[in-house]
Amino acid sequence: MAVIDLANPTRFLRFVERVLPWLALLTLLVFAIGLYRAVNAPDDYQQGATVKIMFLHVPAAWLGMLGWALMSIAALGTLVWRHPLADVAGKAAAPIGAAFTLICLITGSLWGRPTWGTYWVWDARLTSVLVLFLLYLGVLALYWTAEDPGRGARAAAVLTLVGAINLPIIKFSVDWWNTLHQPASILRMGGSAIDSSILWPLLIMALAFTLLFFTLHLAAMRNEILRRRVRALRLMQAQQFAEARP
Amino acid sequence: MTAFAALMLRDMRLAVRVGGGALMGALFFLVVVVMVPFAVGPDLKLLAHIGPAILWLGALLASLLTLDRIFALDHDDGSLDVLMTASLPLEVTVTAKAVAHWLTTELPLVVIAPLLGLMLNIEPRAMASLVLTLLAGTPALTFIGLIGAALSVALRRGGLLLAVLVLPLTIPVLIFGVAAAEAAMAEPGRFAAAITVLCALSLISFVIGPFAAAAALRYGLE
Repeated sequence: MAVIDLANPTRFLRFVERVLPWLALLTLLVFAIGLYRAVNAPDDYQQGATVKIMFLHVPAAWLGMLGWALMSIAALGTLVWRHPLADVAGKAAAPIGAAFTLICLITGSLWGRPTWGTYWVWDARLTSVLVLFLLYLGVLALYWTAEDPGRGARAAAVLTLVGAINLPIIKFSVDWWNTLHQPASILRMGGSAIDSSILWPLLIMALAFTLLFFTLHLAAMRNEILRRRVRALRLMQAQQFAEARP
Repeated sequence: MTAFAALMLRDMRLAVRVGGGALMGALFFLVVVVMVPFAVGPDLKLLAHIGPAILWLGALLASLLTLDRIFALDHDDGSLDVLMTASLPLEVTVTAKAVAHWLTTELPLVVIAPLLGLMLNIEPRAMASLVLTLLAGTPALTFIGLIGAALSVALRRGGLLLAVLVLPLTIPVLIFGVAAAEAAMAEPGRFAAAITVLCALSLISFVIGPFAAAAALRYGLE
């Protein structure tokens, strides 16, 4: 069975049924390792134990952006390649990405209070992530208020592609503008600036959260396919009822 | 007369004639700006300080409320379907409607801005620069709003959905518009940079807006 066969929703559902339990198990395993490493990581010399919010905040930020990137690829699949499951993938990724972005904003705010002295500041990085969250809400509004799932998905796909311009702005905002937020310390020229005793737990937690994202995403895609089938069955039933009446 | 000009003139005549959509935006702008001193108090120094921001926010909100008129009326009576199947490319059609919208709805906002600036105690010599920033920035508002208008007409849910979609995309225009206006008042040296970026945003949205709006109409109304 080639990967292209997964475009068939029934085959995809069978694939998810087989793969999902193992993926969930792997997620739990990596979380266990990551949490063990995170709890035993050393305290920062300046921030103390509050640095460990980073193990939640940074993966959440990465996954918020990954969610939108995934939605953008799904949007291209919907509009350009007309892949049958592309709009399902986009609709399933939106709430998960929005949730991770919200977690990023809340944990960042809680981390900022003891370290910067303020819950919020209107600098480039925070503002662009807030705008990402607002864009997520806009896309979710489009998906949820459309009566016809296909039409709503296509409109949301256009908005997703327009909003994708925000992703490079978020990534490079701390380099382009003077901000209070930490500048790039992991993915940058010259290698990471974080000590490996904290970098490794961070990367393991990031992997754990990414596996969680994909577990939830596959489950959400399965749910969306089943939801559409229920809707189609209800419509057929209503139509039969209408036709049966004299 | 070209099809573009004919379509533009049609939209302009309709906007000026039917339901007063053109001047309603300007009226809303006036009402919002009048409400602000009731909310923040009549301190003239404070009003002068936040004046440019109030004018920009008022212009943004007024243009948001009039954006769904671009497509909704045509969709209701079926002329949008005719326009979509016409030989004129949909991107050009959408651009003609956007230009008509800007001329009839946004330009009145720019015209009454000096009067409202007087009420907010903005210095007269900064008023000219402020009007210039509005002139440079309102095309961006129109063309970005065009995307939202196309998306919400496709889904038959107008109103607040349009605002939720369009507002995050217009945040850069707002930031640079207010920055340019405040630079005009305080540091004239930085005005050139800010208004250049504002013009750049307008030009970018002039290109992206029609393509995205046409895509939204095509895919949404299939």
